Amino acid sequence: MNELHDMYQELVLDHSKSPCNHHELESATHQAEGYNPFCGDRVKVYLLIEDGAIRDVAFTGEGCAICTASASMMTQAVRNMNSGDAEAAFDRFHDLLTDHAGTIEDGELDDLGDLASLVSVRRFPIRVKCATLPWHTLKAALHGDGEPVSTE
Amino acid sequence: MSHPTASSTEQPPTAAASRPFDVQRLRQDFPILARQVHGQELAYLDNAATTQKPQAVLDAERDYYTTMNSNIHRGVHTLSIEATQAHEHARRVVQRFINAASDKEIIFTRGTTEAINLIAQSYVRPMLQPRDEVLITHMEHHSNIVPWQIICEQAGAILRVAPVTDSGEVDMEQFKAMLSSRTRVVSVVHVSNTLGTVNPIERIIEAARQVDAAVVIDGAQATAHAAVDVQELDCDFYAISGHKMYAPTGIGVLYGKQSILERMQPYQGGGDMIRSVTFEKTTYNDLPYKFEAGTPNIAGAIGLRAAIDYINSVGLSAIASYETELLQYAEQALASVPGLKFIGTPAHRAGAISFTLEGMHPHDIGTVLDSEAVAIRTGHHCTQPLMERFGIPATARLSVALYNTREEVDRLVRGLHRAGELLGV
Repeated sequence: MNELHDMYQELVLDHSKSPCNHHELESATHQAEGYNPFCGDRVKVYLLIEDGAIRDVAFTGEGCAICTASASMMTQAVRNMNSGDAEAAFDRFHDLLTDHAGTIEDGELDDLGDLASLVSVRRFPIRVKCATLPWHTLKAALHGDGEPVSTE
Repeated sequence: MSHPTASSTEQPPTAAASRPFDVQRLRQDFPILARQVHGQELAYLDNAATTQKPQAVLDAERDYYTTMNSNIHRGVHTLSIEATQAHEHARRVVQRFINAASDKEIIFTRGTTEAINLIAQSYVRPMLQPRDEVLITHMEHHSNIVPWQIICEQAGAILRVAPVTDSGEVDMEQFKAMLSSRTRVVSVVHVSNTLGTVNPIERIIEAARQVDAAVVIDGAQATAHAAVDVQELDCDFYAISGHKMYAPTGIGVLYGKQSILERMQPYQGGGDMIRSVTFEKTTYNDLPYKFEAGTPNIAGAIGLRAAIDYINSVGLSAIASYETELLQYAEQALASVPGLKFIGTPAHRAGAISFTLEGMHPHDIGTVLDSEAVAIRTGHHCTQPLMERFGIPATARLSVALYNTREEVDRLVRGLHRAGELLGV
């Protein structure tokens, strides 16, 4: 039960109810759509990339609380990163959430701001895809292949 | 729906109508209901996905494997003879359960999905001409959409979709208006897995007859909840999934009228479906074996027989009235939950109730309920076009079986209140 409280902690709920950067981005140079057919979550990620750096980032779409909060926190975390650093951040986030054995310290993501509050999702393996969908979509936008990504 | 005329020549189903419906006693028949989830008693309300299995079904499968396991329709040894008899007995039990005219009309499949694909590929595809039409409804499961899309694309035919009203019922005026001399097949779900709507298939079949269209009924969600009489319905095909009616997974039934089945080409080629094979020419076996290539799911068929015997021992009409009363109780109890909106308010409901909660995604609801050991389904329920019709990504759905109780519904409702508190809505 405490695990449930940890996953749906206040910071996560705040982001899901009032997500940051939740709008289209007309100036976007890169964008991609992501879809989780398991639960119907859909996100679209917009990036404005100049000189290899993410100058602006936004998202639209509808999803569960975890997906929406993760997307909101992601847009905060990757702003002004270069694309390589953004992908590296995704790798660390992904590794932590799929570390079901719990060998990685909870504090591993503290430098990524609010994102660290999503660490409890790793105790709900069925919900990990909710949290990683915005990131998969970000990665697809960075690579600019234009094909919608799916978690399945 | 009407009651089957269960005239039986072997092992007549015990008419338990005289016995009162005692849900606590019936729950004892389902061993899994005793298990704990997160330290609490399981409240299993996901029966439209699959039902739990009574001990009698588990015993029947085990008994087959421990006493007569062998291949059927070929051996002359005792085990093979016994297994063949048990398998063919199961076919006759299914025949009586849906009141088919002959056991040749009972084709064992893996489930409803395979049954519909069989009809699409073996019956409809060969006759489908460019601009012919297949008519379905907006509430169909993907398994009653995609098989038709595949063959329509191959043949240059048109898949037409009758709309669903805001209450979650087929718009019968529109449905009738979409029927024409170009309609080759009408394929409609008997009971919607998402909305719980019981469709007026008698009227649908009658309307389809006017234009000489063949009628397929997807009965996956129907047979556990009310009696089906295929002769009275006069449908051409009726598809069933065993696991949604207390039988194991991987066994289902395609009912088809004998006159039609005899004209159809086989679905898959292989052993058992042939009479003789040479490299020059193969002649096919008689019905129903023509459509049962390969070693079948023998244990599954025997398990299905046990499930039907179990249903008959409780009595389908007793099950139906108990479940209807329970669903009405659930509708009233759910109506008290703040922000709850029913998706589908059909006049005739069986099995399922779908809903959404304002400000909460169904997936989050499902996770909170799971922490309370209440199992429901959240998602699109393999009916994505229906979700789009209602402008929602997903619903939360409870679906009942004969062993569910008011207490379990109360726990669901308490869990929804808790979800509201936890998610701060």
